[in-house]
Amino acid sequence: MVIAPEKQFINSPTDPMLPQPYRIERVRRETHDVFTLELRPANGTPVMQFAPGQFNMLYVFGTGESAISISGDPNDTNRLIHTVRAVGTVTNAMQKLKRGDCIGVRGPFGTPWPIVEAEGSDVVIVTGGIGLAPLRPVIYHVLANREKYGRFALLFGARSPRDLLFARELEQWRGHFDFNVEVTLDTASSDWRGNVGVVTTLIPRTQFDARHTVAMICGPEVMMRFTVQELMKRGLTTDQIFVTMERNMKCAVGFCGHCQYGPHFVCKDGPVFPFDRIAGLFGKREI
Amino acid sequence: MTIQTLEPILAEHPFFKGLSQEDIALLTGCASNVVFKAGEVIRREGDAANEFYVIRQGKVALEIYTPERGQLMLQTVGAGEIFGWSWLIPPYQWRFDARAVELTRALALDGQCLRNKFEANPRLGYELLKRVAHVFAERLLATRLQLLDVYGNRS
Ligand SMILES: Cc1cc2nc3c(=O)[nH]c(=O)nc-3n(C[C@H](O)[C@H](O)[C@H](O)COP(=O)(O)OP(=O)(O)OC[C@H]3O[C@@H](n4cnc5c(N)ncnc54)[C@H](O)[C@@H]3O)c2cc1C
Ligand code: FES
Repeated sequence: MVIAPEKQFINSPTDPMLPQPYRIERVRRETHDVFTLELRPANGTPVMQFAPGQFNMLYVFGTGESAISISGDPNDTNRLIHTVRAVGTVTNAMQKLKRGDCIGVRGPFGTPWPIVEAEGSDVVIVTGGIGLAPLRPVIYHVLANREKYGRFALLFGARSPRDLLFARELEQWRGHFDFNVEVTLDTASSDWRGNVGVVTTLIPRTQFDARHTVAMICGPEVMMRFTVQELMKRGLTTDQIFVTMERNMKCAVGFCGHCQYGPHFVCKDGPVFPFDRIAGLFGKREI
Repeated sequence: MTIQTLEPILAEHPFFKGLSQEDIALLTGCASNVVFKAGEVIRREGDAANEFYVIRQGKVALEIYTPERGQLMLQTVGAGEIFGWSWLIPPYQWRFDARAVELTRALALDGQCLRNKFEANPRLGYELLKRVAHVFAERLLATRLQLLDVYGNRS
């Protein structure tokens, strides 16, 4: 007997360990190795609410689970959106899923980006590669509440033109007169009209008032390390800088210890941390 | 006439920030205003390096030609930054191509003129060298990060 995939999930909205069945409404290819899934609950329940920065555990039936940030608009109550880079067993299997297929979702988990605390301040987002996905909900939120924030800048680094995530949206965002969007690539051929160089080189060129700025960073750890240094050269203090940490996850609710980072569990105390909470751990080899 | 108009421009540029009026006046004697159209090649690899540029507005790409991959952009520099330091180091030849990506306004500083002034005024020469060394160090760090290929596959 073949059991419909959604029946294989126990539907318990209260148990954070049990995946809820979601159906794939749409698969969007973003780049050669990144794709976006648009999901809707398979059992007719409302789409989950989340805060920008939170993540879900996505369960590919028969293969396994991965922690994936929510990359959609927090005000969109119709769909749940995740953007994934295919790097290994689970994410490669996820890449093969098609419209109509079912996927398990547990969450949302983790701490959000400081969008409330940042009200009244300039907001600077520094991100690289797939790191733009966890910050896209912040961009949607700030653009929808533009009057609550000061200057707004997105500094985004990618490897090459073919790795440019959300290219069409980047174009749209650049069209906003009150949103400073700068994109830089590690390498490009001479027909590229944007910047070339690492994302940290954009920081000295960006206008913000260091005393009243909140910076949010997401990317590979070495990129975040140098970004923090560059922001501090501009006068930001560690409590104005927020980073998101990535560690292997299993339970995602603070039980198993898999995601331990010094005294913190990334799934529960993070993934978004004010930098002053983890400054002593950041970049340490043994952690 | 030209000198009078360039002095405040030089004084405002971040690379010269904090220099005395007297030093700025001395440097302005070696400066000229230049404009490059989008796409214009400013210098080619191997050209004699007689000057360096401080960008006021626009964007310049430093490029290299490779037979296998064509013309590659290694780095872009923009307003508030400088490019070209081969005028300091024998054999005074450009190591890369420089091309304006967009309309670019800059000041060109004549290397021979500067070297002469620095021989006569080592204090100013040392000050400028420190500033250029700072830019060297930043660019070297950025290049190292670029080499790490941080967004590539971990495996
Ligand atoms: C809180 C949190 C949020 C996350 N959000 C996202 C997200 O929004 N989108 C997304 O694509 N990923 C995200 N990740 C990363 C994602 O969880 C992992 O990439 C995924 O679990 C890898 O599982 P896998 O089975 O496909 O790869 P594995 O089989 O576990 O790994 C296979 C190979 O890929 C390498 N690898 C593993 N992870 C990565 C990586 N992140 N980048 C490059 N190489 C890697 C490994 O070193 C290994 O060599 C997030 C992680 C955390 C902790
Ligand atoms: S994943 Fe289990 S404690 Fe964080």
